[in-house]
Amino acid sequence: MTEKAPEADGTIWVRRFDRFDRSLHILLMASFLGLSLTGVPLLFSDRPWAASLSRLFGGFRSAATLHRVFATGMLVCFGSHLARLAKRLFGDKEYGILWGPSSLVPQPRDLTDLVQHVRWFLGRGERPRFERFTYWEKFDYWAVFWGMGIIGGSGLILWAPKLWARFLPGDLFNVALLVHGEEALLAVVFIFTIHFFNGHLRPEKFPMDTVIFTGVLPLEELKHERPAEYDRLVAEGGVERLASPAPTADRVRKSRIVGTIAVSLGLLLVAFTLIALLS
Amino acid sequence: MRFGGVLAALLLTAAPLQAAAPPPKPPANDDCLACHEDPSAKRANGSSVAVDKAAFASSVHGAAGASCVDCHQDLAKTADFPHPEKLAVVDCASCHASEVADYEKSVHAAERGKSKASKAAWCTDCHGIHDIRPSKDPASRTNHFNLPTTCLKCHGNLAVVPSAGGPPVNQPALFHDSIHGRALERSGLKFAPNCSNCHGAHAIRNPKTDPESAVFRTKIPATCGTCHEKILAEYSDSIHGTQLAKGNAKVPVCSDCHTAHAITDSSDARRLAILHQCGGCHETSLATYRDTYHGQVNAMGFSRIATCADCHTAHQIHPAGDPRASVAPANRLRTCQKCHAGATANFSRYDPHANTHDKGRSRLLWATALFMRILLAGVFAFFGIHTVLWFPRSVKARVDANRKGRGAGDGRGEA
Repeated sequence: MTEKAPEADGTIWVRRFDRFDRSLHILLMASFLGLSLTGVPLLFSDRPWAASLSRLFGGFRSAATLHRVFATGMLVCFGSHLARLAKRLFGDKEYGILWGPSSLVPQPRDLTDLVQHVRWFLGRGERPRFERFTYWEKFDYWAVFWGMGIIGGSGLILWAPKLWARFLPGDLFNVALLVHGEEALLAVVFIFTIHFFNGHLRPEKFPMDTVIFTGVLPLEELKHERPAEYDRLVAEGGVERLASPAPTADRVRKSRIVGTIAVSLGLLLVAFTLIALLS
Repeated sequence: MRFGGVLAALLLTAAPLQAAAPPPKPPANDDCLACHEDPSAKRANGSSVAVDKAAFASSVHGAAGASCVDCHQDLAKTADFPHPEKLAVVDCASCHASEVADYEKSVHAAERGKSKASKAAWCTDCHGIHDIRPSKDPASRTNHFNLPTTCLKCHGNLAVVPSAGGPPVNQPALFHDSIHGRALERSGLKFAPNCSNCHGAHAIRNPKTDPESAVFRTKIPATCGTCHEKILAEYSDSIHGTQLAKGNAKVPVCSDCHTAHAITDSSDARRLAILHQCGGCHETSLATYRDTYHGQVNAMGFSRIATCADCHTAHQIHPAGDPRASVAPANRLRTCQKCHAGATANFSRYDPHANTHDKGRSRLLWATALFMRILLAGVFAFFGIHTVLWFPRSVKARVDANRKGRGAGDGRGEA
């Protein structure tokens, strides 16, 4: 199907994520996977697989160094996202990112969407008419934002304890170690189960939604999934502005490969984690 | 010999005539060797009765000019040769009274006392018979450097010394590879201990049941301390040593950490094993250690990270409240700095045994842990239910979409 030119089957494709967003997701994904694989063994250090995983990265010293390399990647990711937000806000005066239909900021609508969505789950109503970002996508976004602060902040403290100890009391390292581990556990299990399900693995999307890699989706799908956004775009005359060529077969194939690897690694790690947690 | 016998018989029958007949002259060594020097000399049952003349000559007894009948005393008055096969058991105590008295207290003697069939060692099993050499002779079975081989004849052979209840162990092999065994057998150090330095020579008592044994649990520190004098002094001063002196036999003694026979230096395996030695009693401390980076890295099998003794020391262990303790507030920073060069006083306030369940130890940590638990439970409860409810609906949506002939969701492959 994907090999067909858009004209061939009449599919119109529209852009959802630009190159910057897609690059950021790739970088976030790679650094998050790297951080998980080098960090999670410590949380389950009594399991044989933890030692094997750590040895795979060359032992605990080498794994610790790689953890910091991936952390740097994630910091770059976070920093460039903040920089872009600043540019959009102060440079382009795009105040719409702060509030309104295309903003990621939680709004009353999200609560009504959630209630309506649950009613739909139970067969007691229509599917909510979602806008550009659904409430669970906003949760994903803010969860990562919160996680950046908590895990990133505690991680930076643990990175150079002797330096920080010049200013901070030592018992703060105990707190940093605790929240770093617990919050990381939350992030790992959440991303590799809930985010994977919501974004990729649920039957409507299975095996994955490639929009985050290709950046584009068929207009029909947008209309079905985010009718409120579709209506707004039509009203604003933005559909034509967002129209894009269909993704090339090569890009779709690469997206699937990258996506499959990431999802497989994540599921494998979360399987080990859940077995360790529940046994 | 036969002539001698006949002569003796004649003399005896002539006794009434010759009232003051002299007692029979004891046979000289050469008289004995006349028969026993023959390597093929055997008893009726085929066992050898040959005596190696040269070996006897160079033995401690031969060199001292002892005669056969000094030991085989029942033959001293015998004039009728060949003498009966069954002789009295040689009594070493007739000369070596104190050694035999010691032996009688030993586990070897006790075992022999229990059963006639016992293979437990007695004098000749260790010392030999006619070729006994003094211990200072390098060829002696009981020479300092040879003794392990002598003990090993039985104690390396489960057919002779079956494992008493416990799992089969091979102490001699363990000893060979231990730091003591290598020092003794490879480096030839005369100060290195052999079996008898710990177990005794003649009065080898049962270390498990006999409180008089030099290696009975409570005696071990003193025994090791005969060589490791400074360590004994440190240990005796420590909480473990003082508790032992008060009769608390649960405290660790040398062998609990170092093992009895496989004593090695500070290998990586030892550094990992020590956790379980200390953790056997200090369970909470081990659990809280496992929650920290030190313990996590260690649990994965990497030993180059702080373990118990790195902070608490090996032998000078005192409670944290004791100003002599390496982990006492005044000494803690110096202890951290052993690994963390440049650490500051703030740094040393880190709690390497932080306990998230112990409100009294750190209220901040306890509250943070509680918050994290609620956060995790909340997030997973909410999205768990959300996902479980969504799943059947999502299946239905896809089925409906396929029925309509187009992909409901992706639309880029499934349709």
